[in-house]
Amino acid sequence: MRPFTYVRPPDVDASLRAIAERPGARFLGGGTNLVDLMRQDVERPAALIDIFGLPLDTVEELPGGGLRIGALVRNSRLAVHPLVRERWPVLSQALLAGASGQVRNMATVGGNLLQRTRCLYFTDHTAGCNKREPGTGCDAIGGFHRNAAVLGAGEHCVATHPSDMAVALVALDAVADVRSVRGSRRIPLAELHRLPGETPQRDTVLAADELITAVELPPSAVAAASAYRKVRDRASFAFALVSVAAAIEVTDGVVSGVRIALGGVAPKPWRAREAERVLTGAPAGEESFRAAAAAELAPAVGLPQNTFKIELARRAVVAALRGLTEGSTA
Amino acid sequence: MRTVFSYLRGRIHTPQIGDLVAVIDLHVNGTPHRVGLDPRTSLLDALREQLGLTGTKKGCNQGACGACTVLADGERIVACLALAVQYDGRRITTIEGIGTPEEPHPLQRAFVRFDGFQCGYCTSGQICSALGMLAEHRAGAPSAATPRHAAAGPRIALSDPEIKERMSGNLCRCGAYEGIADAIRDAAAATGTAGAADASEAVL
Ligand SMILES: Cc1cc2nc3c(=O)[nH]c(=O)nc-3n(C[C@H](O)[C@H](O)[C@H](O)COP(=O)(O)OP(=O)(O)OC[C@H]3O[C@@H](n4cnc5c(N)ncnc54)[C@H](O)[C@@H]3O)c2cc1C
Ligand code: FES
Ligand code: FES
Repeated sequence: MRPFTYVRPPDVDASLRAIAERPGARFLGGGTNLVDLMRQDVERPAALIDIFGLPLDTVEELPGGGLRIGALVRNSRLAVHPLVRERWPVLSQALLAGASGQVRNMATVGGNLLQRTRCLYFTDHTAGCNKREPGTGCDAIGGFHRNAAVLGAGEHCVATHPSDMAVALVALDAVADVRSVRGSRRIPLAELHRLPGETPQRDTVLAADELITAVELPPSAVAAASAYRKVRDRASFAFALVSVAAAIEVTDGVVSGVRIALGGVAPKPWRAREAERVLTGAPAGEESFRAAAAAELAPAVGLPQNTFKIELARRAVVAALRGLTEGSTA
Repeated sequence: MRTVFSYLRGRIHTPQIGDLVAVIDLHVNGTPHRVGLDPRTSLLDALREQLGLTGTKKGCNQGACGACTVLADGERIVACLALAVQYDGRRITTIEGIGTPEEPHPLQRAFVRFDGFQCGYCTSGQICSALGMLAEHRAGAPSAATPRHAAAGPRIALSDPEIKERMSGNLCRCGAYEGIADAIRDAAAATGTAGAADASEAVL
Protein backbone atom coordinates (compact mmCIF):
# COMPACT_ATOMS: atom_id res chain seq x y z
CA MET A 1 0.00 0.00 0.00
CA ARG A 2 1.24 3.48 -0.82
CA PRO A 3 1.85 5.88 2.04
CA PHE A 4 -0.83 8.42 2.82
CA THR A 5 -1.45 11.21 5.24
CA TYR A 6 -3.83 10.13 7.95
CA VAL A 7 -6.10 12.74 9.46
CA ARG A 8 -8.79 12.22 12.04
CA PRO A 9 -10.73 15.47 12.39
CA PRO A 10 -12.90 16.00 15.46
CA ASP A 11 -16.09 17.02 13.66
CA VAL A 12 -17.86 17.36 10.31
CA ASP A 13 -16.70 20.92 9.58
CA ALA A 14 -13.08 20.05 10.24
CA SER A 15 -13.46 16.98 7.99
CA LEU A 16 -14.80 19.11 5.16
CA ARG A 17 -11.90 21.54 5.52
CA ALA A 18 -9.38 18.71 5.75
CA ILE A 19 -10.50 17.17 2.49
CA ALA A 20 -10.77 20.53 0.71
CA GLU A 21 -7.17 21.35 1.67
CA ARG A 22 -5.72 18.11 0.34
CA PRO A 23 -5.93 17.20 -3.32
CA GLY A 24 -6.29 13.44 -3.74
CA ALA A 25 -7.69 12.95 -0.25
CA ARG A 26 -10.54 10.56 0.46
CA PHE A 27 -12.93 10.00 3.32
CA LEU A 28 -12.47 6.77 5.24
CA GLY A 29 -15.60 5.07 6.57
CA GLY A 30 -15.39 1.48 7.74
CA GLY A 31 -12.61 0.91 5.23
CA THR A 32 -14.02 -2.39 4.02
CA ASN A 33 -13.88 -1.31 0.39
CA LEU A 34 -11.30 1.49 0.39
CA VAL A 35 -8.61 -0.34 2.39
CA ASP A 36 -9.05 -3.41 0.20
CA LEU A 37 -8.67 -1.34 -2.99
CA MET A 38 -5.69 0.59 -1.61
CA ARG A 39 -3.96 -2.67 -0.82
CA GLN A 40 -4.55 -3.71 -4.43
CA ASP A 41 -3.17 -0.36 -5.59
CA VAL A 42 -6.42 0.51 -7.35
CA GLU A 43 -7.20 3.41 -5.03
CA ARG A 44 -4.24 5.68 -4.32
CA PRO A 45 -5.40 8.43 -1.98
CA ALA A 46 -2.77 10.97 -0.92
CA ALA A 47 -4.59 11.40 2.37
CA LEU A 48 -7.31 9.65 4.32
CA ILE A 49 -9.76 11.77 6.25
CA ASP A 50 -11.02 9.34 8.87
CA ILE A 51 -14.72 10.02 9.49
CA PHE A 52 -15.44 6.62 11.08
CA GLY A 53 -15.83 8.13 14.57
CA LEU A 54 -17.87 11.22 13.63
CA PRO A 55 -21.25 11.48 15.35
CA LEU A 56 -23.21 10.93 12.11
CA ASP A 57 -24.32 7.55 13.40
CA THR A 58 -27.89 8.05 14.53
CA VAL A 59 -31.23 7.07 13.01
CA GLU A 60 -34.00 9.59 13.69
CA GLU A 61 -37.67 9.57 12.87
CA LEU A 62 -38.72 12.72 11.01
CA PRO A 63 -41.96 14.61 11.61
CA GLY A 64 -44.41 13.12 9.10
CA GLY A 65 -43.05 9.60 9.42
CA GLY A 66 -39.84 9.67 7.39
CA LEU A 67 -36.44 8.58 8.60
CA ARG A 68 -33.07 10.31 8.69
CA ILE A 69 -30.17 7.89 8.63
CA GLY A 70 -26.71 9.23 9.51
CA ALA A 71 -24.06 8.38 6.92
CA LEU A 72 -21.97 6.55 9.51
CA VAL A 73 -24.70 4.26 10.76
CA ARG A 74 -23.30 0.75 10.45
CA ASN A 75 -25.10 -1.55 8.02
CA SER A 76 -25.83 -4.03 10.83
CA ARG A 77 -27.49 -1.37 13.02
CA LEU A 78 -29.67 -0.08 10.22
CA ALA A 79 -30.80 -3.59 9.28
CA VAL A 80 -32.16 -4.30 12.76
CA HIS A 81 -33.66 -0.88 13.44
CA PRO A 82 -37.29 -1.42 14.52
CA LEU A 83 -38.71 1.37 12.35
CA VAL A 84 -36.84 0.16 9.28
CA ARG A 85 -38.10 -3.38 9.83
CA GLU A 86 -41.65 -2.19 10.27
CA ARG A 87 -42.00 0.54 7.62
CA TRP A 88 -39.29 -0.18 5.04
CA PRO A 89 -38.67 -3.95 5.31
CA VAL A 90 -37.06 -4.03 1.86
CA LEU A 91 -34.17 -1.98 3.26
CA SER A 92 -33.59 -4.28 6.21
CA GLN A 93 -33.70 -7.30 3.92
CA ALA A 94 -31.32 -5.77 1.38
CA LEU A 95 -28.81 -5.00 4.11
CA LEU A 96 -29.03 -8.48 5.61
CA ALA A 97 -28.55 -9.97 2.14
CA GLY A 98 -25.23 -8.12 1.72
CA ALA A 99 -21.73 -9.15 2.78
CA SER A 100 -21.24 -10.95 6.13
CA GLY A 101 -22.03 -10.29 9.78
CA GLN A 102 -18.50 -9.00 10.34
CA VAL A 103 -18.42 -6.71 7.29
CA ARG A 104 -21.89 -5.31 8.10
CA ASN A 105 -20.65 -4.34 11.57
CA MET A 106 -17.93 -2.20 9.96
CA ALA A 107 -19.64 -0.96 6.78
CA THR A 108 -21.24 2.48 6.88
CA VAL A 109 -24.21 3.75 4.90
CA GLY A 110 -22.06 6.34 3.06
CA GLY A 111 -19.35 3.80 2.25
CA ASN A 112 -21.87 1.24 1.07
CA LEU A 113 -23.33 3.72 -1.43
CA LEU A 114 -19.89 4.62 -2.74
CA GLN A 115 -18.35 1.15 -2.90
CA ARG A 116 -16.74 0.40 -6.24
CA THR A 117 -17.52 -2.30 -8.77
CA ARG A 118 -16.60 -5.95 -8.30
CA CYS A 119 -15.78 -6.41 -12.01
CA LEU A 120 -12.63 -8.57 -11.97
CA TYR A 121 -10.79 -6.35 -14.43
CA PHE A 122 -11.14 -3.35 -12.12
CA THR A 123 -8.53 -4.85 -9.78
CA ASP A 124 -6.44 -6.62 -12.45
CA HIS A 125 -3.50 -4.38 -13.32
CA THR A 126 -2.56 -6.58 -16.28
CA ALA A 127 -5.90 -5.87 -17.96
CA GLY A 128 -7.49 -2.87 -19.60
CA CYS A 129 -10.17 -1.16 -17.53
CA ASN A 130 -11.49 2.31 -18.29
CA LYS A 131 -12.90 2.62 -14.81
CA ARG A 132 -9.53 2.00 -13.17
CA GLU A 133 -7.39 3.67 -15.82
CA PRO A 134 -9.25 5.75 -18.41
CA GLY A 135 -8.21 5.05 -21.96
CA THR A 136 -7.03 1.47 -21.43
CA GLY A 137 -10.19 -0.11 -22.84
CA CYS A 138 -12.62 -2.59 -21.32
CA ASP A 139 -11.25 -6.12 -21.25
CA ALA A 140 -14.48 -7.43 -19.75
CA ILE A 141 -16.32 -7.03 -23.04
CA GLY A 142 -14.17 -9.58 -24.87
CA GLY A 143 -13.23 -11.47 -21.73
CA PHE A 144 -14.99 -12.72 -18.61
CA HIS A 145 -18.23 -10.81 -18.24
CA ARG A 146 -20.72 -13.17 -16.69
CA ASN A 147 -21.29 -10.58 -13.97
CA ALA A 148 -21.52 -7.59 -16.29
CA ALA A 149 -24.39 -5.17 -16.86
CA VAL A 150 -27.23 -5.70 -19.33
CA LEU A 151 -28.83 -2.27 -18.89
CA GLY A 152 -27.21 1.17 -19.10
CA ALA A 153 -23.72 -0.07 -19.99
CA GLY A 154 -21.74 1.01 -23.03
CA GLU A 155 -18.72 0.31 -25.16
CA HIS A 156 -16.42 1.84 -22.54
CA CYS A 157 -17.54 -0.10 -19.47
CA VAL A 158 -19.93 -2.90 -18.57
CA ALA A 159 -19.28 -3.03 -14.83
CA THR A 160 -22.19 -3.28 -12.40
CA HIS A 161 -22.70 -1.44 -9.15
CA PRO A 162 -22.50 -4.05 -6.40
CA SER A 163 -24.51 -2.53 -3.53
CA ASP A 164 -27.65 -4.25 -2.27
CA MET A 165 -28.60 -1.45 0.13
CA ALA A 166 -28.52 1.16 -2.65
CA VAL A 167 -31.07 -0.81 -4.68
CA ALA A 168 -33.56 -0.67 -1.81
CA LEU A 169 -32.86 3.02 -1.18
CA VAL A 170 -33.39 3.89 -4.84
CA ALA A 171 -36.72 2.06 -4.84
CA LEU A 172 -37.73 3.95 -1.68
CA ASP A 173 -37.09 7.41 -3.19
CA ALA A 174 -34.37 8.12 -0.63
CA VAL A 175 -32.44 11.38 -0.79
CA ALA A 176 -28.81 11.95 0.19
CA ASP A 177 -27.71 14.99 2.18
CA VAL A 178 -24.34 16.11 0.93
CA ARG A 179 -21.98 18.75 2.31
CA SER A 180 -18.71 20.36 1.34
CA VAL A 181 -16.93 23.60 2.25
CA ARG A 182 -18.94 25.19 -0.57
CA GLY A 183 -22.29 24.39 0.99
CA SER A 184 -24.84 21.63 1.06
CA ARG A 185 -27.16 19.96 -1.43
CA ARG A 186 -29.67 17.15 -1.57
CA ILE A 187 -29.36 14.44 -4.21
CA PRO A 188 -32.13 11.89 -4.88
CA LEU A 189 -30.39 8.52 -4.66
CA ALA A 190 -31.65 7.59 -8.11
CA GLU A 191 -29.46 10.44 -9.41
CA LEU A 192 -26.39 9.85 -7.23
CA HIS A 193 -24.81 7.15 -9.39
CA ARG A 194 -24.17 7.76 -13.06
CA LEU A 195 -23.97 5.68 -16.20
CA PRO A 196 -20.46 5.18 -17.62
CA GLY A 197 -20.84 7.03 -20.92
CA GLU A 198 -17.38 8.25 -21.94
CA THR A 199 -16.17 8.62 -18.34
CA PRO A 200 -16.64 5.30 -16.54
CA GLN A 201 -14.04 6.32 -13.95
CA ARG A 202 -16.71 8.51 -12.34
CA ASP A 203 -19.24 6.35 -10.49
CA THR A 204 -21.30 9.19 -9.03
CA VAL A 205 -22.14 12.86 -9.44
CA LEU A 206 -20.30 13.73 -6.20
CA ALA A 207 -17.28 16.02 -6.23
CA ALA A 208 -14.14 14.65 -4.55
CA ASP A 209 -14.61 16.82 -1.46
CA GLU A 210 -18.32 16.18 -0.90
CA LEU A 211 -19.35 14.29 2.20
CA ILE A 212 -22.57 12.33 2.42
CA THR A 213 -23.87 13.26 5.87
CA ALA A 214 -27.21 11.44 5.86
CA VAL A 215 -29.78 9.61 3.79
CA GLU A 216 -33.45 10.46 4.22
CA LEU A 217 -36.33 8.10 3.60
CA PRO A 218 -39.64 9.78 2.86
CA PRO A 219 -42.73 8.30 4.49
CA SER A 220 -44.19 5.68 2.18
CA ALA A 221 -47.39 3.72 2.58
CA VAL A 222 -46.45 1.39 -0.25
CA ALA A 223 -43.15 0.46 1.45
CA ALA A 224 -44.96 -1.42 4.21
CA ALA A 225 -45.39 -4.31 1.78
CA SER A 226 -41.91 -4.46 0.35
CA ALA A 227 -39.23 -7.09 -0.07
CA TYR A 228 -35.75 -7.69 -1.44
CA ARG A 229 -35.05 -10.69 -3.60
CA LYS A 230 -31.42 -11.50 -4.34
CA VAL A 231 -30.27 -14.15 -6.79
CA ARG A 232 -26.66 -15.23 -6.43
CA ASP A 233 -24.29 -18.11 -7.09
CA ARG A 234 -24.43 -19.35 -3.51
CA ALA A 235 -26.98 -18.96 -0.75
CA SER A 236 -25.04 -16.44 1.33
CA PHE A 237 -22.05 -14.08 1.29
CA ALA A 238 -21.99 -13.46 -2.46
CA PHE A 239 -22.72 -10.45 -4.62
CA ALA A 240 -25.95 -10.40 -6.59
CA LEU A 241 -26.26 -11.73 -10.10
CA VAL A 242 -29.64 -10.06 -10.16
CA SER A 243 -31.63 -8.50 -7.35
CA VAL A 244 -35.01 -6.83 -7.03
CA ALA A 245 -36.27 -4.34 -4.47
CA ALA A 246 -40.03 -4.15 -4.75
CA ALA A 247 -42.92 -2.51 -2.94
CA ILE A 248 -46.52 -2.78 -4.02
CA GLU A 249 -49.94 -1.66 -2.88
CA VAL A 250 -53.06 -3.30 -4.23
CA THR A 251 -56.53 -1.75 -3.90
CA ASP A 252 -59.55 -3.79 -5.03
CA GLY A 253 -57.34 -6.07 -7.10
CA VAL A 254 -55.67 -3.17 -8.89
CA VAL A 255 -52.09 -1.93 -8.40
CA SER A 256 -52.46 1.44 -6.71
CA GLY A 257 -48.79 1.98 -5.89
CA VAL A 258 -45.56 0.29 -6.88
CA ARG A 259 -41.79 0.85 -6.58
CA ILE A 260 -39.23 -1.40 -8.22
CA ALA A 261 -35.45 -1.21 -8.49
CA LEU A 262 -32.97 -3.74 -9.84
CA GLY A 263 -29.43 -4.62 -8.74
CA GLY A 264 -26.66 -6.56 -10.46
CA VAL A 265 -27.89 -5.63 -13.94
CA ALA A 266 -26.62 -2.09 -14.46
CA PRO A 267 -23.77 0.32 -13.68
CA LYS A 268 -26.05 1.93 -11.11
CA PRO A 269 -28.91 0.81 -8.88
CA TRP A 270 -31.61 0.66 -11.54
CA ARG A 271 -34.99 2.22 -10.84
CA ALA A 272 -37.51 0.28 -12.95
CA ARG A 273 -39.74 3.19 -13.96
CA GLU A 274 -41.02 1.50 -17.08
CA ALA A 275 -42.20 -1.53 -15.07
CA GLU A 276 -43.83 0.80 -12.55
CA ARG A 277 -45.62 2.67 -15.37
CA VAL A 278 -46.99 -0.56 -16.85
CA LEU A 279 -48.15 -1.83 -13.46
CA THR A 280 -49.80 1.27 -12.08
CA GLY A 281 -53.56 0.87 -12.49
CA ALA A 282 -53.23 -2.65 -13.91
CA PRO A 283 -54.85 -5.70 -12.32
CA ALA A 284 -52.47 -7.14 -9.74
CA GLY A 285 -51.59 -10.54 -11.16
CA GLU A 286 -49.12 -12.70 -12.96
CA GLU A 287 -49.96 -11.31 -16.39
CA SER A 288 -49.34 -7.69 -15.42
CA PHE A 289 -46.19 -8.64 -13.53
CA ARG A 290 -44.82 -10.33 -16.64
CA ALA A 291 -45.74 -7.46 -18.89
CA ALA A 292 -44.06 -5.01 -16.51
CA ALA A 293 -40.87 -7.08 -16.25
CA ALA A 294 -40.74 -7.51 -20.03
CA ALA A 295 -41.18 -3.77 -20.59
CA GLU A 296 -38.35 -2.90 -18.21
CA LEU A 297 -35.93 -5.42 -19.71
CA ALA A 298 -36.87 -4.65 -23.33
CA PRO A 299 -33.81 -2.42 -23.92
CA ALA A 300 -31.45 -4.91 -22.21
CA VAL A 301 -28.43 -6.05 -24.21
CA GLY A 302 -26.47 -9.12 -23.17
CA LEU A 303 -22.93 -10.22 -23.86
CA PRO A 304 -22.27 -13.93 -24.59
CA GLN A 305 -21.83 -14.89 -20.93
CA ASN A 306 -24.40 -12.69 -19.26
CA THR A 307 -27.45 -12.79 -21.51
CA PHE A 308 -29.01 -15.14 -18.96
CA LYS A 309 -29.38 -12.16 -16.66
CA ILE A 310 -32.11 -10.67 -18.83
CA GLU A 311 -34.49 -13.58 -18.35
CA LEU A 312 -33.32 -14.00 -14.75
CA ALA A 313 -34.17 -10.37 -14.02
CA ARG A 314 -37.62 -10.72 -15.60
CA ARG A 315 -38.36 -13.76 -13.51
CA ALA A 316 -36.98 -12.20 -10.33
CA VAL A 317 -39.26 -9.18 -10.79
CA VAL A 318 -42.32 -11.41 -11.28
CA ALA A 319 -41.36 -13.59 -8.30
CA ALA A 320 -40.80 -10.57 -6.04
CA LEU A 321 -44.19 -9.09 -6.94
CA ARG A 322 -45.91 -12.44 -6.61
CA GLY A 323 -44.38 -12.93 -3.16
CA LEU A 324 -45.70 -9.57 -2.02
CA THR A 325 -49.22 -10.00 -3.35
CA GLU A 326 -49.94 -13.63 -2.60
CA GLY A 327 -53.46 -13.79 -1.32
CA SER A 328 -54.47 -10.43 -2.75
CA THR A 329 -53.91 -10.93 -6.49
CA ALA A 330 -56.57 -11.46 -9.10
CA MET B 1 15.43 4.01 17.08
CA ARG B 2 13.43 6.71 15.36
CA THR B 3 11.45 9.16 17.33
CA VAL B 4 7.87 8.12 17.70
CA PHE B 5 5.69 11.06 16.74
CA SER B 6 3.00 11.65 19.25
CA TYR B 7 -0.33 11.19 17.63
CA LEU B 8 -2.52 14.24 17.90
CA ARG B 9 -6.17 14.27 16.96
CA GLY B 10 -6.73 16.29 13.81
CA ARG B 11 -3.05 16.94 13.15
CA ILE B 12 -1.78 16.26 9.70
CA HIS B 13 1.46 14.42 9.33
CA THR B 14 2.91 13.09 6.10
CA PRO B 15 4.32 9.64 6.70
CA GLN B 16 7.33 8.22 4.94
CA ILE B 17 7.65 4.52 4.28
CA GLY B 18 8.93 2.88 7.41
CA ASP B 19 8.14 5.83 9.66
CA LEU B 20 6.25 5.21 12.83
CA VAL B 21 3.79 8.02 12.65
CA ALA B 22 0.83 7.18 14.79
CA VAL B 23 0.68 6.23 18.43
CA ILE B 24 -2.58 4.65 19.44
CA ASP B 25 -4.06 2.93 22.45
CA LEU B 26 -5.38 -0.55 21.88
CA HIS B 27 -7.07 -2.35 24.76
CA VAL B 28 -6.57 -5.96 23.90
CA ASN B 29 -8.02 -8.73 26.04
CA GLY B 30 -8.24 -6.34 28.98
CA THR B 31 -4.65 -5.10 28.70
CA PRO B 32 -3.90 -1.57 27.51
CA HIS B 33 -1.16 -1.22 24.90
CA ARG B 34 0.35 1.95 23.51
CA VAL B 35 1.41 1.09 19.97
CA GLY B 36 3.41 3.17 17.53
CA LEU B 37 2.65 2.27 13.96
CA ASP B 38 2.58 3.28 10.33
CA PRO B 39 -1.06 4.25 9.62
CA ARG B 40 -1.16 1.69 6.81
CA THR B 41 -1.00 -1.10 9.37
CA SER B 42 -4.15 -3.20 9.59
CA LEU B 43 -5.56 -4.09 12.96
CA LEU B 44 -4.71 -7.68 12.07
CA ASP B 45 -1.03 -6.92 11.47
CA ALA B 46 -0.85 -4.75 14.59
CA LEU B 47 -2.17 -7.63 16.68
CA ARG B 48 0.03 -10.25 15.09
CA GLU B 49 3.24 -8.43 14.29
CA GLN B 50 3.38 -5.76 16.96
CA LEU B 51 1.64 -7.33 19.92
CA GLY B 52 2.68 -10.89 19.09
CA LEU B 53 -0.89 -12.15 19.32
CA THR B 54 -0.70 -14.66 16.50
CA GLY B 55 -3.86 -16.56 17.41
CA THR B 56 -5.78 -14.35 14.98
CA LYS B 57 -5.06 -15.65 11.49
CA LYS B 58 -4.64 -14.06 8.07
CA GLY B 59 -6.44 -16.01 5.37
CA CYS B 60 -7.47 -13.86 2.41
CA ASN B 61 -6.59 -10.38 3.73
CA GLN B 62 -9.69 -9.19 1.79
CA GLY B 63 -12.58 -9.58 4.21
CA ALA B 64 -13.80 -12.72 2.48
CA CYS B 65 -12.81 -15.63 4.76
CA GLY B 66 -13.30 -14.52 8.37
CA ALA B 67 -10.05 -16.08 9.67
CA CYS B 68 -9.08 -12.70 11.13
CA THR B 69 -12.34 -12.14 13.04
CA VAL B 70 -11.94 -10.37 16.39
CA LEU B 71 -14.40 -8.54 18.62
CA ALA B 72 -14.31 -4.74 18.88
CA ASP B 73 -16.34 -3.63 21.91
CA GLY B 74 -18.05 -7.00 21.68
CA GLU B 75 -18.92 -6.75 17.97
CA ARG B 76 -17.34 -9.07 15.43
CA ILE B 77 -15.27 -7.46 12.70
CA VAL B 78 -12.67 -8.59 10.18
CA ALA B 79 -9.35 -7.23 11.41
CA CYS B 80 -7.73 -7.42 7.95
CA LEU B 81 -9.86 -4.61 6.49
CA ALA B 82 -9.60 -2.43 9.59
CA LEU B 83 -6.78 0.08 9.84
CA ALA B 84 -5.41 -0.12 13.38
CA VAL B 85 -5.59 3.68 13.73
CA GLN B 86 -9.39 3.48 13.37
CA TYR B 87 -9.62 1.36 16.49
CA ASP B 88 -7.69 3.74 18.73
CA GLY B 89 -9.15 3.48 22.22
CA ARG B 90 -11.39 0.52 21.41
CA ARG B 91 -11.64 -2.73 23.39
CA ILE B 92 -10.46 -5.62 21.24
CA THR B 93 -10.95 -9.28 22.13
CA THR B 94 -8.90 -11.91 20.31
CA ILE B 95 -8.89 -15.67 20.72
CA GLU B 96 -6.11 -15.28 23.32
CA GLY B 97 -8.63 -13.46 25.51
CA ILE B 98 -11.21 -16.23 25.33
CA GLY B 99 -10.86 -18.99 27.91
CA THR B 100 -7.54 -20.40 29.10
CA PRO B 101 -5.83 -23.73 28.36
CA GLU B 102 -6.92 -24.94 31.80
CA GLU B 103 -10.38 -23.43 31.65
CA PRO B 104 -11.56 -23.21 28.03
CA HIS B 105 -14.63 -21.15 27.18
CA PRO B 106 -17.76 -23.33 26.79
CA LEU B 107 -17.71 -22.63 23.05
CA GLN B 108 -14.11 -23.80 22.82
CA ARG B 109 -15.03 -26.99 24.68
CA ALA B 110 -17.90 -27.51 22.26
CA PHE B 111 -15.58 -27.09 19.25
CA VAL B 112 -13.38 -29.87 20.65
CA ARG B 113 -16.31 -32.11 21.51
CA PHE B 114 -18.03 -31.77 18.12
CA ASP B 115 -14.89 -31.77 15.93
CA GLY B 116 -15.48 -28.18 14.84
CA PHE B 117 -12.16 -28.11 12.99
CA GLN B 118 -9.56 -30.14 11.22
CA CYS B 119 -6.37 -28.10 10.56
CA GLY B 120 -7.54 -25.37 12.94
CA TYR B 121 -6.54 -22.39 10.78
CA CYS B 122 -10.04 -20.92 10.66
CA THR B 123 -10.92 -21.83 14.25
CA SER B 124 -9.97 -18.68 16.14
CA GLY B 125 -11.99 -16.64 13.65
CA GLN B 126 -14.89 -19.08 13.85
CA ILE B 127 -14.98 -18.84 17.65
CA CYS B 128 -14.72 -15.04 17.80
CA SER B 129 -17.36 -14.77 15.07
CA ALA B 130 -19.68 -17.21 16.84
CA LEU B 131 -19.42 -15.22 20.08
CA GLY B 132 -20.32 -12.02 18.26
CA MET B 133 -23.07 -13.79 16.38
CA LEU B 134 -24.62 -15.23 19.54
CA ALA B 135 -24.66 -11.76 21.10
CA GLU B 136 -26.44 -10.41 18.00
CA HIS B 137 -28.93 -13.24 18.22
CA ARG B 138 -29.55 -12.65 21.91
CA ALA B 139 -30.20 -8.98 21.13
CA GLY B 140 -32.98 -10.09 18.75
CA ALA B 141 -31.28 -9.33 15.42
CA PRO B 142 -32.91 -11.13 12.48
CA SER B 143 -30.84 -12.59 9.63
CA ALA B 144 -31.47 -13.21 5.95
CA ALA B 145 -32.62 -16.71 6.94
CA THR B 146 -35.22 -15.49 9.42
CA PRO B 147 -38.80 -16.09 8.26
CA ARG B 148 -40.66 -12.78 8.27
CA HIS B 149 -43.24 -13.82 10.86
CA ALA B 150 -40.42 -14.94 13.18
CA ALA B 151 -38.58 -11.63 12.79
CA ALA B 152 -41.49 -9.88 14.45
CA GLY B 153 -41.63 -12.37 17.31
CA PRO B 154 -39.83 -12.14 20.63
CA ARG B 155 -37.16 -14.74 20.02
CA ILE B 156 -35.74 -16.23 16.84
CA ALA B 157 -34.99 -19.94 17.06
CA LEU B 158 -31.33 -20.69 16.32
CA SER B 159 -32.08 -23.26 13.65
CA ASP B 160 -29.49 -24.80 11.35
CA PRO B 161 -30.25 -22.41 8.46
CA GLU B 162 -29.95 -19.52 10.94
CA ILE B 163 -26.54 -20.67 12.18
CA LYS B 164 -25.26 -21.22 8.66
CA GLU B 165 -26.49 -17.87 7.38
CA ARG B 166 -25.17 -15.98 10.40
CA MET B 167 -21.78 -17.73 10.16
CA SER B 168 -21.43 -17.40 6.36
CA GLY B 169 -18.62 -14.87 6.79
CA ASN B 170 -16.36 -17.64 8.09
CA LEU B 171 -15.04 -20.11 5.58
CA CYS B 172 -13.45 -23.42 6.52
CA ARG B 173 -11.19 -24.88 3.88
CA CYS B 174 -11.29 -28.23 5.69
CA GLY B 175 -15.06 -28.26 5.45
CA ALA B 176 -15.71 -28.77 9.15
CA TYR B 177 -18.99 -26.91 8.81
CA GLU B 178 -21.20 -29.58 10.35
CA GLY B 179 -19.06 -29.80 13.48
CA ILE B 180 -18.85 -26.02 13.71
CA ALA B 181 -22.65 -25.66 13.53
CA ASP B 182 -23.11 -28.47 16.05
CA ALA B 183 -20.66 -26.84 18.47
CA ILE B 184 -22.34 -23.45 18.20
CA ARG B 185 -25.82 -24.90 18.62
CA ASP B 186 -24.72 -26.88 21.66
CA ALA B 187 -22.88 -23.99 23.32
CA ALA B 188 -25.80 -21.63 22.69
CA ALA B 189 -28.27 -24.09 24.21
CA ALA B 190 -26.00 -24.69 27.21
CA THR B 191 -25.56 -20.99 28.02
CA GLY B 192 -29.17 -20.16 27.16
CA THR B 193 -30.54 -16.91 25.82
CA ALA B 194 -30.53 -15.36 29.28
CA GLY B 195 -26.74 -15.35 29.14
CA ALA B 196 -24.40 -12.39 29.04
CA ALA B 197 -25.74 -9.23 27.47
CA ASP B 198 -22.90 -8.82 25.02
CA ALA B 199 -20.15 -10.95 23.65
CA SER B 200 -17.39 -9.32 25.65
CA GLU B 201 -19.22 -10.19 28.87
CA ALA B 202 -19.66 -13.71 27.63
CA VAL B 203 -15.94 -13.79 26.97
CA LEU B 204 -14.59 -12.42 30.20
C1 LIG C 1 -16.00 -9.93 1.35
C2 LIG C 1 -16.99 -8.84 1.08
C3 LIG C 1 -18.26 -9.15 0.62
C4 LIG C 1 -19.19 -8.15 0.36
N1 LIG C 1 -20.44 -8.48 -0.09
C5 LIG C 1 -21.34 -7.50 -0.33
C6 LIG C 1 -22.65 -7.79 -0.80
O1 LIG C 1 -23.02 -8.94 -0.97
N2 LIG C 1 -23.50 -6.75 -1.03
C7 LIG C 1 -23.12 -5.45 -0.83
O2 LIG C 1 -23.94 -4.57 -1.05
N3 LIG C 1 -21.90 -5.15 -0.41
C8 LIG C 1 -21.00 -6.13 -0.15
N4 LIG C 1 -19.74 -5.81 0.26
C9 LIG C 1 -19.31 -4.42 0.22
C10 LIG C 1 -19.57 -3.68 1.51
O3 LIG C 1 -20.96 -3.49 1.66
C11 LIG C 1 -18.84 -2.35 1.39
O4 LIG C 1 -17.46 -2.61 1.40
C12 LIG C 1 -19.19 -1.41 2.51
O5 LIG C 1 -20.55 -1.12 2.53
C13 LIG C 1 -18.39 -0.13 2.37
O6 LIG C 1 -18.62 0.67 3.51
P1 LIG C 1 -17.39 1.28 4.32
O7 LIG C 1 -17.93 2.18 5.35
O8 LIG C 1 -16.48 0.22 4.77
O9 LIG C 1 -16.71 2.14 3.15
P2 LIG C 1 -15.21 2.56 2.92
O10 LIG C 1 -14.43 1.43 2.39
O11 LIG C 1 -14.68 3.27 4.11
O12 LIG C 1 -15.43 3.65 1.77
C14 LIG C 1 -15.89 3.31 0.48
C15 LIG C 1 -15.87 4.59 -0.37
O13 LIG C 1 -16.83 5.51 0.09
C16 LIG C 1 -16.24 6.77 0.42
N5 LIG C 1 -16.99 7.26 1.57
C17 LIG C 1 -17.27 6.55 2.71
N6 LIG C 1 -18.13 7.25 3.47
C18 LIG C 1 -18.39 8.41 2.82
C19 LIG C 1 -19.22 9.54 3.10
N7 LIG C 1 -19.97 9.61 4.21
N8 LIG C 1 -19.25 10.55 2.21
C20 LIG C 1 -18.49 10.51 1.08
N9 LIG C 1 -17.70 9.48 0.77
C21 LIG C 1 -17.65 8.43 1.62
C22 LIG C 1 -14.79 6.46 0.65
O14 LIG C 1 -13.98 7.58 0.39
C23 LIG C 1 -14.55 5.33 -0.32
O15 LIG C 1 -14.30 5.85 -1.59
C24 LIG C 1 -18.82 -6.80 0.56
C25 LIG C 1 -17.55 -6.48 1.05
C26 LIG C 1 -16.65 -7.48 1.32
C27 LIG C 1 -15.29 -7.11 1.84
S1 FES D 1 -8.09 -12.62 6.48
FE1 FES D 1 -9.60 -11.20 7.05
S2 FES D 1 -11.36 -12.04 6.19
FE2 FES D 1 -9.84 -13.32 5.37
S1 FES E 1 -10.31 -26.35 10.19
FE1 FES E 1 -9.00 -26.14 8.49
S2 FES E 1 -9.80 -24.35 7.59
FE2 FES E 1 -11.29 -24.78 9.06
